[in-house]
Amino acid sequence: MKHRLVMVGNGMAGVRTLEELLKSAPDQYEITVFGAEPYPNYNRIMLSPVLASDKTVEDIILNDDAWYADHGITLHKGKTITAIDRVHRQVIADDGTVAEYDRLILATGSNPFIIPVPGHQLPGVIGFRDIADVDAMLAASKQYKHAVVIGGGLLGLEAANGLKKQGMDVTVVHLLDTLMERQLDKPAAALLKASLEEKGLKFEMSASTESILGDERVTGLRFTDGREIPADLVVMAVGIRPNIALAKAAGIHCERGIVVNDTMQTFDPRIWAVGECVQHRNQCYGLVAPLFEQAKVAANHLCEHGVARYEGSVTSTKLKVTGIDLFSAGEFNEQDGDETLVLQDPSQGMYKKLVLRDNRVKGAVMYGDTMDGSWYFQLLREGTDVSAFRKTILFGQHDLGDAGHGDSSKQVMALSDDAEICGCNGVCKGEIVDAIVKKGLFTLDDVRAHTKASSSCGSCTGLVEALLASTVGEGYGPAPSKKPMCKCTDHSHDDVITGIKRHQLKTMQSVRDFFEWQTPDGCATCRPALNYYLLANWPAEYNDDAQSRFINERAHGNIQKDGTYSVVPRMFGGLCTANDLRAIADVSDKYQVPEMKVTGGQRIDLFGVKKEDLPLMWKDLSDAGFVSGHAYGKALRTVKTCAGSNWCRFGTQNSTGLGVKLEQLTWGSWMPHKFKLAVSGCPRNCAEATIKDFGVVCVDSGYELHVGGNGGIKVRVTDLLTRVATEEEVLEFTGAFIQLYRLDAHYLERTAPWVERRGLAFVKEQILDNAERRRQLYEDFKFSQTFAQIDPWKARADGAEAHEFTTLKIA
Amino acid sequence: MTNWTDICALTDIPRLGSRVVKTDTMNIAVFRTADDAVFAMKDECPHKKGPLSQGIVHGHAVTCPLHNWKFDLASGEAMGPDEGCTNTFPAKVDGSRVLIDFSGLIEQAA
Repeated sequence: MKHRLVMVGNGMAGVRTLEELLKSAPDQYEITVFGAEPYPNYNRIMLSPVLASDKTVEDIILNDDAWYADHGITLHKGKTITAIDRVHRQVIADDGTVAEYDRLILATGSNPFIIPVPGHQLPGVIGFRDIADVDAMLAASKQYKHAVVIGGGLLGLEAANGLKKQGMDVTVVHLLDTLMERQLDKPAAALLKASLEEKGLKFEMSASTESILGDERVTGLRFTDGREIPADLVVMAVGIRPNIALAKAAGIHCERGIVVNDTMQTFDPRIWAVGECVQHRNQCYGLVAPLFEQAKVAANHLCEHGVARYEGSVTSTKLKVTGIDLFSAGEFNEQDGDETLVLQDPSQGMYKKLVLRDNRVKGAVMYGDTMDGSWYFQLLREGTDVSAFRKTILFGQHDLGDAGHGDSSKQVMALSDDAEICGCNGVCKGEIVDAIVKKGLFTLDDVRAHTKASSSCGSCTGLVEALLASTVGEGYGPAPSKKPMCKCTDHSHDDVITGIKRHQLKTMQSVRDFFEWQTPDGCATCRPALNYYLLANWPAEYNDDAQSRFINERAHGNIQKDGTYSVVPRMFGGLCTANDLRAIADVSDKYQVPEMKVTGGQRIDLFGVKKEDLPLMWKDLSDAGFVSGHAYGKALRTVKTCAGSNWCRFGTQNSTGLGVKLEQLTWGSWMPHKFKLAVSGCPRNCAEATIKDFGVVCVDSGYELHVGGNGGIKVRVTDLLTRVATEEEVLEFTGAFIQLYRLDAHYLERTAPWVERRGLAFVKEQILDNAERRRQLYEDFKFSQTFAQIDPWKARADGAEAHEFTTLKIA
Repeated sequence: MTNWTDICALTDIPRLGSRVVKTDTMNIAVFRTADDAVFAMKDECPHKKGPLSQGIVHGHAVTCPLHNWKFDLASGEAMGPDEGCTNTFPAKVDGSRVLIDFSGLIEQAA
């Protein structure tokens, strides 16, 4: 018999838990859900737009009745559970319905806090929590004129804005002198108040309510200073209280909320709790992103994977009031020892503040211009060292040399529905918004899976995030701070990299066993990553697994859209001879290459080669002295050079000669991602060394070494690492930098984002300040090269991996 | 009625890998999974015709090398939010040999 799972509460956190559970274990439980409201699960954070008539109730339903039926879930709508009998393991509803459970989820949410002033029970005094409250407000707005909202926090202001839009005269009463004091500092709150006043809202600040007046129905409000104002409707939005009455009555340990551990279990191990009713590590959460993280963890344990832990969340807030841009996250009020960066333009209504501690973002408040909110939030969550760009950090991400679409994300909402957002996959704004609304998507990964938008080159990620944020409001769940490698595991890249080293894990199976992978042989995302990590860490011991490599690296050529391959022979430093070119021309004739092209990396690309011809062509190229150019790999690509002192009248050093030496040192090396080098013979920099992963610019006195550049989606200019005097030092620094990157970066992370994530200071500390560490890295690199510099083309021309290149014939 | 054709030895296909059988009408990808099950399907992704035989095999699924669509090897159905299907052919291991039933192929060609 299946185990019985009962859930009390039918809101967002609870139903998300069921969704996560059904994903991994669709048939494990017989599920019963009780909801006090007469609706299926709806998006509570969208109540404000419903009140403002921007949306209807139907628009915000997340799971309709059919969803429950399709998944075999018994749904009791409009039934309130009044008791839990833990001895007999059953719950009892107000209408007498009894349901027995093996496991129970409490997702009872929270109640609006109603201040117990005299008159608080009068008709016309309500909270702002559910569809019934919204209906009451809409009904009141048709009949009455004066509305008072008590509470100038996020919810109160959204309620006030909605009532104003319904034509009421609205006064917001706030106990303190700052609006949204939990999210905003004083300057930002003052700007917010000014623009809300422009919209016609009235404010009573530092005002304390003494009583609510009226006999049959509310008629007014009296403050402690004796003043009175008229009111036909009073909305209390002074905060929420976790709904713990049921749990408490059942003897489950509660403080402010139902106390849970990192696996979301209560003190009764058969009973889980998620959402606003929960108190975890002394925190209660009222925003949706953390609740979804909790849901994931609870589901992981309910389906008996048993590996996830909830470790708390950092939250960010956006106000959903049309025409007001406001963002806040983290600890935005500085403490002793913190540094504060402020950018302010009062006449434009713009204010940005960042709180830094040890050069890391701890909090952010933005008003007027919130376009970089998600970037700051990312820096905050990941704890990125910002010292390298703190001079310009307030000007935003696009000021860092981001030539992607970053600077236009603010205008994304103004775009028409047919505007193309994702150029790679041809996805328009309308399709994305449609998918978010209709399929109830909340995360970037969801949007990628359903629409493909931003799933290829990723340059439109900012735009897609902006669409998500503006479509679902704060429900938008940015990736958790510790992002799992893939769906096979909850462990991050860093966890795995550290584990491989610390526990001497030397096979893919041992890594999967150690980290309790949830799939027997991984997936197309984690297998190439693990294969790389093992290869980089154990060059002498690990046997490369061809079946864990993407086809380009398995076939040693770039697969093209018609299934043919391209072939790029290596030309060291971009130099070649007449004989080289003749040999390339000959193979091109012999195998009827339909198109040839000179690449940006100074070599020649032969397109349209049939897979079965590859080993034959490689044999001819190998005989002529060529080796693979690795143009298909997460590997050392090319060393681009300019003419240099051999010919150029400006050249200061032999840039081509040094380029050849660098390529001879580094070719064949597998990397986390592709890796490009360049050597320019003088500061005119004709080889464009300052947008390469490692660039050398020759000067009269020696060599400038630059790192972390990128000429791709996001152009990034390199950081200057140091200047050295001799070619030997250039080689040592190059090898050391590459080895540090190979061992430290995440798979598929280019040097540019890696340097930004780790900080230039880290790179300098490892290979500039510590000469011994540098020499060790260089030696380690050269050692691993003794295994890597075996030409894969020649090996296959000689018959290795023949099955890869031949088809089967039917006898 | 099934009509089994001997294709190759099981060891001719790498574990978690594939081989391609050329026929008059189409290429057919033959996959071998970690548990030594074999599957045969048309070597063409319904999305942009990517050669599925070149993808990474994991569990009883393969990921298309062109745009990462994922297919269930047994049914040929796309997994996850993608929608599409490629033709499958009955395949089995008999002793050390791999057998495929191509009778569906003739019907499709007709």
